[in-house]
Amino acid sequence: MDSMGTRATQVGSVGIVTPKEFTFGSSTAPLELESGKTLYPITVRYETYGNLNKEKSNAILILHAFSGDAHVAGYKTEQDRYPGWWDPMVGPGKPFDTNKYYVICSNVLGGCQGTTGPSSINPATGKPYGLSFPLITIGDMVKVQRYLIDHLEIERLLTVVGGSMGGMQALEWAITYPERVRSAIVIAATPRLTAQGIAFNAVGRNAITSDPNWNGGDYYGKAIPSRGLAIARMVGHITYLSEQSMHDKFGRRLQNREQYGFDFNDQFAVESYLEYQGDKFVERFDANSYIYISRAMDYFNLDEKYGSLGAAFRRTQAKFLIVSFTSDWLYPPKQSKEMVFALMKEGKDVSYAELDCPYGHDSFLIETERQGKLFSSFLENLYAH
Amino acid sequence: MRTNLSERVFQEIAQLVPTGSRVLDLGCADGDLLEYLSRTKQVKGMGVDIDETMVLQCVARGISVFQGNLDEGLRDYQTSSYDFVILSRTLQVVHKPVLILKEMVRVGKHAIVTFPNFGYLPIRLQLLLKGQMPVTPSLPFQWYDTPNIHLCTKKDFRNLCKALGILILKEIDLWNSKRIPAFLGNLCATEVCFLLQGSNNGNTK
Repeated sequence: MDSMGTRATQVGSVGIVTPKEFTFGSSTAPLELESGKTLYPITVRYETYGNLNKEKSNAILILHAFSGDAHVAGYKTEQDRYPGWWDPMVGPGKPFDTNKYYVICSNVLGGCQGTTGPSSINPATGKPYGLSFPLITIGDMVKVQRYLIDHLEIERLLTVVGGSMGGMQALEWAITYPERVRSAIVIAATPRLTAQGIAFNAVGRNAITSDPNWNGGDYYGKAIPSRGLAIARMVGHITYLSEQSMHDKFGRRLQNREQYGFDFNDQFAVESYLEYQGDKFVERFDANSYIYISRAMDYFNLDEKYGSLGAAFRRTQAKFLIVSFTSDWLYPPKQSKEMVFALMKEGKDVSYAELDCPYGHDSFLIETERQGKLFSSFLENLYAH
Repeated sequence: MRTNLSERVFQEIAQLVPTGSRVLDLGCADGDLLEYLSRTKQVKGMGVDIDETMVLQCVARGISVFQGNLDEGLRDYQTSSYDFVILSRTLQVVHKPVLILKEMVRVGKHAIVTFPNFGYLPIRLQLLLKGQMPVTPSLPFQWYDTPNIHLCTKKDFRNLCKALGILILKEIDLWNSKRIPAFLGNLCATEVCFLLQGSNNGNTK
């Protein structure tokens, strides 16, 4: 244990967190998906931090990104080496201050961390869904979250906040359930996945489906398509970084040698890093979830779904804070600004910050200090009024 | 810190802006003018500033703000989408004053511009008698570290408006936060404030 005491009592940390579960949906009241298909039952695994106040006016819903999960902050066990993925943002005295706010995060539909997805058991067959799981959308993920918020008996969220795919969900929340959100913090997001984004997702999916172990998605209980999934992650990971951040982190350094050996044991530091990221990912992620979630992102297009971006935003009531990062080439500032101007055109209350930050798309996970100041100021002002 | 002069400039601007107007403030800094206008005139305001620290302060005050560079113009802003576009004590720091003025009268039904008058007598005298670049309370910078790259006199600004076909609806001349007659402005005003309108906007009225 570190000098700050045990995991459970660490200062500024939410401590040890136990996930909760909630199940809904039946043959008579199934979840209706955007595709027209239905699904039941749905289990949602989620975490909460802090306490809901009497007026139920202090609830914040955090929406995780593609490879994220509901474990935003704190530790799962005393032995846990690393805290949740946005630990610097959530906790007592932190930007999403758990002394003040009630923070919720749930695993997305289609994922593999406890919320129903392709690796879940289909009650009809007693076997994992695999590819019999229906295709889902970002809107479907948000609908499932709305069931959770209903279950928690929260009428109106103080804010919905997320980066990347989490930002897409925040947008869907503000558009689909305008009366349920007071504000939306949309970070490193886009109103639609571009052809370039779809292309990267396609390479990832191809890596998985070309792995012989994938076996048409039917690999549960057998050898998993780990190589394919690792390569998918490697490609994805490149898109989350920037040229600058890769240069700063690795340069052209070799991993274990000073000079080129001109044999196949030569390995650059960046190669070794990607291998490591790929292998680590395989331990915690399901290949079919990768396919389904990346497909959900491919479908994401607010113009198409609502007729135009203006039409999408016309129905919103939330106060928006939109944030982008200068070095993010996956969802560049241009795409955030397009949303800002569309909101302004509709006369909506929107603020925009473009943070000068070298870490690429991943900035939303890494640059927590400046984002933290921004979000806490934004929320404090909102919560006080 | 807000000086008496800037407080006075705020008051003058507030008198030009009807209650409930839609206001875009370019170079809004920490949002103090917009906060003042929201409080006194219940405007629906939006600020633009390039500096992250300023953006943060606006957000903390609940002022809507867009982090952006005025030198890129206002091309994504709809024509006549604001009642007033304000450029307060910012004209002298922008790289393209002509672009920004044209854009202001396009995006705003009216525009308000305030700036320190470089024709102010003590400024002229500093250059004439001391042979040095002027340094005054309104323009406290040495020539080598000033952000003010486009200083002008009241007369210069009037000439530019004329050349651009921008109508001057009102001129306010301040000498250390006191109103002075317009004919004294170019020589005696420390700060000037203009209410403008694009000629196209004017014709449609």
